[in-house]
Amino acid sequence: MSALLRTVDLSIAYQRDRPVLHEVNLGFEAGEFTGIVGPSGSGKTTLLRVLMGAIAAPKRQGRGQDLWQGQIQRRPGLRLAYVPQLETINWDFPVTVFECVLMGRPQHGVHMRATGTERAEVMSALDRLGIAHLAGRHIRELSGGQQQRMFLARALTSQPELLLLDEPTSGVDITTRHAVLHLLADLNDSGIGIVLTTHDLNGMAAHMPNLVCLNQRVIAQGPPADVLTAPVLEATFGAGLDVLTHLGMPVVVDSGSGLTPGGASHD
Amino acid sequence: MTDLLAALLDPFSYQFFVKGIIVATISGALLGLLGVYIVLRGMSYIGHGLSHAIFGGFAASQLIASSWYMLGAGIWGVASALAINSVARRHRIGSDAAIGVVTTASFALGVALLAKFGNRGPSFDAALFGSILGISQGQVWALIAISAVTVVLGVLGYRALLFATFDPDVAQASGVNVARTDAIFVSILSLAILATLTVIGVTLVAAMLVIPAVTARLLTQSFQRMLVLSTIIGSICGGLGMYASYFANVPSGTMIVLIAAGAFLIALGLGPAARRREASSAEAAAGLVPGPVRA
Repeated sequence: MSALLRTVDLSIAYQRDRPVLHEVNLGFEAGEFTGIVGPSGSGKTTLLRVLMGAIAAPKRQGRGQDLWQGQIQRRPGLRLAYVPQLETINWDFPVTVFECVLMGRPQHGVHMRATGTERAEVMSALDRLGIAHLAGRHIRELSGGQQQRMFLARALTSQPELLLLDEPTSGVDITTRHAVLHLLADLNDSGIGIVLTTHDLNGMAAHMPNLVCLNQRVIAQGPPADVLTAPVLEATFGAGLDVLTHLGMPVVVDSGSGLTPGGASHD
Repeated sequence: MTDLLAALLDPFSYQFFVKGIIVATISGALLGLLGVYIVLRGMSYIGHGLSHAIFGGFAASQLIASSWYMLGAGIWGVASALAINSVARRHRIGSDAAIGVVTTASFALGVALLAKFGNRGPSFDAALFGSILGISQGQVWALIAISAVTVVLGVLGYRALLFATFDPDVAQASGVNVARTDAIFVSILSLAILATLTVIGVTLVAAMLVIPAVTARLLTQSFQRMLVLSTIIGSICGGLGMYASYFANVPSGTMIVLIAAGAFLIALGLGPAARRREASSAEAAAGLVPGPVRA
């Protein structure tokens, strides 16, 4: 099966000699569910922004060229949607839930108001996520979980084949985290490919069908049972972590000694 | 009573004053409309800088060709707007400092040129604080043309501009050409500032880009209503300010801004109640609207 989206030997730096991503080779196929894990500064968000197209290779030769190597291969006509991290949104912006979700519709036409079809599509996306009754509310009046659902609804209106989410469960409580996870699993069941970043190993990563451990380069990838091992986690997080098994699921814990001498390796 | 009425209507017996009222009303509406995007993008400083930059072009180009100074200042304004825009997009350069350098230098050049060579167009004070006497027939047409272009582009690019303002990264990824949208926006902004410069004044234009929009924001949570309200508030403040300046005998820009500031204070008091009322009616609408659509 050919990948929807693929990075080939992708290396990116914001400043010379300070690589953010190093020779990353990843392919994302239709219907896959992938979690990208790594510590802060591991390049997770940069990778996601590259995948969604917010960061693109410099068009002109010369300036900035040496900071970007490799390439992104996107299947022509790929429908991609992105769910931003809730912390990056200006919640004081004067839009209602309906207006916000409407933005996700492909941007053609000159209508200021939603057409009947658009209205129906937005409402059905909101309905699918169980927040249709909140359509007229201002975005600030939603709870964290509802805000996440709103952006999922916005993403769904473009009928994406691949959904990218940046830290979808950061700053939400455990119940919401469960709800979001199940929601994503349902969307994945309906055939939508999902790629998300997370730093939550037990709450999120262990539940993903497929994991990528990233720390500038790809340390390991595969199902959690194969990837969540002490050596891989040490290479990814630079800290001593042990992996236990609970009800068949890997559970990551700090290794016994707490402050492991040499555990926080600097390379 | 009739004396009072006669006194109140007195300014309207002068043709230049009627023209002034009309121009101030349109100016206020135009700046109010654009101000919504300025405020929501956190660009107030860019608006302020741009008006000062345009002043330099205004002074320089009227020396070269007095009859075409609007064109010269327009080109200068659009060029500085695009320069500021590209600086602002590169976050790491420190856009606020870069804007401070570029625009104040341009302003200083304008002041120096006017002081040295005098002026053939509107007076120095008029350019700084606005004057009813500074309005030529050409400017009236320029203002009407720019307002028309703004409204047309605002309607055509409504969704792109809203998306690019709310969430630029995702807008870019969703197929909105954010760079082009921003470039068109700042170009229109600079032309609008130029067209309203002599009525409201260089130093006060920024206020009219900010005050009506934040006043409208206090009264509504909806983007479309904010656009409409800000335009209306801007136009009322423009017309009323111009009218008041006749009696107060002060530069028109000062009265326009003072009245806008008054409107802001009133909205500050009314805001919470207005938003509550809106929320409850939106709630009712949300309950009614989806029904027939899904049926």
